[in-house]
Amino acid sequence: MGMKFEKTDEGRYRLNVNGYVCPHPQIYTKKALEKLASGDILELFFDNPSSGESIEAMIDNDGNTLVEKMVEAGQFEWHIQKA
Amino acid sequence: MQQQVASVATADTALAKMTLEEEGKRKKRLWALGLMGFFALISIGTFVYNEYYIYLSVYLWFGLIYGMCLQYGRFCFSSAFRDLFAIKVPRMLVGIVIATLLFGAVSAPITASGLSTFHAAPVSSHAIIAGVFFGIGMVIAGGCASSSLYKTGEGNMNALLVILSLSLTQALFADVGGWANYFVPDAWAQSALEKGLPASITVSDGWVDQYLAGYVWNQPAVTYAEVLGMPNASVSGAFVGNLLVGILIPAALLLAVVYTLYWRKGYRNKKQKEGKDVSGLKGELAGYWAMIIANKRTATAGLILGIACALHMLVIQGLRVKFGFRNAGTMLDRIGWDFGLSVQGTVFDPGYWYVTTQEAQWVGWTLQKMGVENLDNIYFGFVNGIPNPAINPADWMSFALIGGAAIIALYHNEFKFKKPTWETAMWSIIGGAFMGIGARLGLGCNVGAFFVRVANGDCSGWLFGLGMAGGAYLGVKFFNWWTERKLAKEFEACGL
Repeated sequence: MGMKFEKTDEGRYRLNVNGYVCPHPQIYTKKALEKLASGDILELFFDNPSSGESIEAMIDNDGNTLVEKMVEAGQFEWHIQKA
Repeated sequence: MQQQVASVATADTALAKMTLEEEGKRKKRLWALGLMGFFALISIGTFVYNEYYIYLSVYLWFGLIYGMCLQYGRFCFSSAFRDLFAIKVPRMLVGIVIATLLFGAVSAPITASGLSTFHAAPVSSHAIIAGVFFGIGMVIAGGCASSSLYKTGEGNMNALLVILSLSLTQALFADVGGWANYFVPDAWAQSALEKGLPASITVSDGWVDQYLAGYVWNQPAVTYAEVLGMPNASVSGAFVGNLLVGILIPAALLLAVVYTLYWRKGYRNKKQKEGKDVSGLKGELAGYWAMIIANKRTATAGLILGIACALHMLVIQGLRVKFGFRNAGTMLDRIGWDFGLSVQGTVFDPGYWYVTTQEAQWVGWTLQKMGVENLDNIYFGFVNGIPNPAINPADWMSFALIGGAAIIALYHNEFKFKKPTWETAMWSIIGGAFMGIGARLGLGCNVGAFFVRVANGDCSGWLFGLGMAGGAYLGVKFFNWWTERKLAKEFEACGL
């Protein structure tokens, strides 16, 4: 399965990078967040644990907010609000 | 009433789901215990069979500790450089620099006492070029040589593909001759012939052979202590030359550059929003310190790794004295495993943490069994041998490293069997091949040619690191282009 980015609602987008290993999830996330407007939500789906560490640090550095963080059996679903 | 029934049913479903999750976690923890028991059984069983096997078990148990630390600390050299350039996150680089420093601090007393098993590598611009190849490879592959091992332990089959590609490329590259000899400068060929290698080593046929004997071996192999005129195995040499000049000062400067370029702005913005005063030298120092302690998990893993690496050297040296040999080749010969020893009777037996050579060896051994003559090259035939992987000390370490990572991943419910896609498989194979070439040019990987060398005051360590950074930068540039190209269509479809 390849990368998938789609609009799910007004101001809400979904990025699915399941199956990808470093550095793809973090680079795709960075580029997607750059495109979003302030206040928009990015629903991020990934399954590479080490990418999560980098993405969390990037969110913090850039002043964005991790509004929801879910994990189940190695499957991560994070909701990020752009500052 | 219907609503009540529905909510009871929902609660029951949630409870069943939670019970299933708990059951899943319990099973994974049992698997972790089982793995630990498996390694214990190997150690006990082989020791009962022959006491010499304790030497291999030492590699095994230290490998297990390395794997646990790497997985716990998400210790990844690829991430260190790549995240800095790709997403401007210095977290892992800082953690790794601190870990290297801590390893250096633990190694210094061992070096001073003369018990270290470490030997400096030849230093010249070849280390930078090798680092560039390796750096490109580790970004494309998605992990360095050591992190690919621990990620395999997490169930990541992309990482396993990286290891296979890295191993095969090294074994083939070390033996490439024929057409490749045309690319050997005459001076190298002449110098290689003058080394007087045994007749079984066909030094005039093989690019890597002539690169090693005709160029690399002619370069000085020195530590910072020796450059400053101090004996390496002395208190002044180990602590002032190697630790202070070779590690502490360059590490502090590197961190200062990283702080200025990648950390300072974000830190100050955050603190100013919180209404904190960040002005003056006090504010700068507070920011610098915050960056250093930001990645406690990697630094903690690094400290344990450092202590384990140093203890590994001590224990191996102790066993060599106890059994009366200087290389495991002698031991293997004594217990009847004499196939695949080098012409000097040696095998690869670093006495400390190392990753890539044992990976090349198992492929070298397999190729030899398939009829490929590869004991005529320097890498296998003169130095490292190609012993059976089942009794190769360093292979025990790598095997256990994967196991150690699996134990921690299972325990923390992070183990997930992940199949490669065509795209990720392609990156794993290409990246692994680049790393394989880089590792053979640099006589080691991110661990053997950088981490261990820098921590032991070897002058070539930082040069390899510089090359790795350059290669990682190129790799990131490539992936930026690749991901932008793929996202462009998706953005357009969303009207962005």
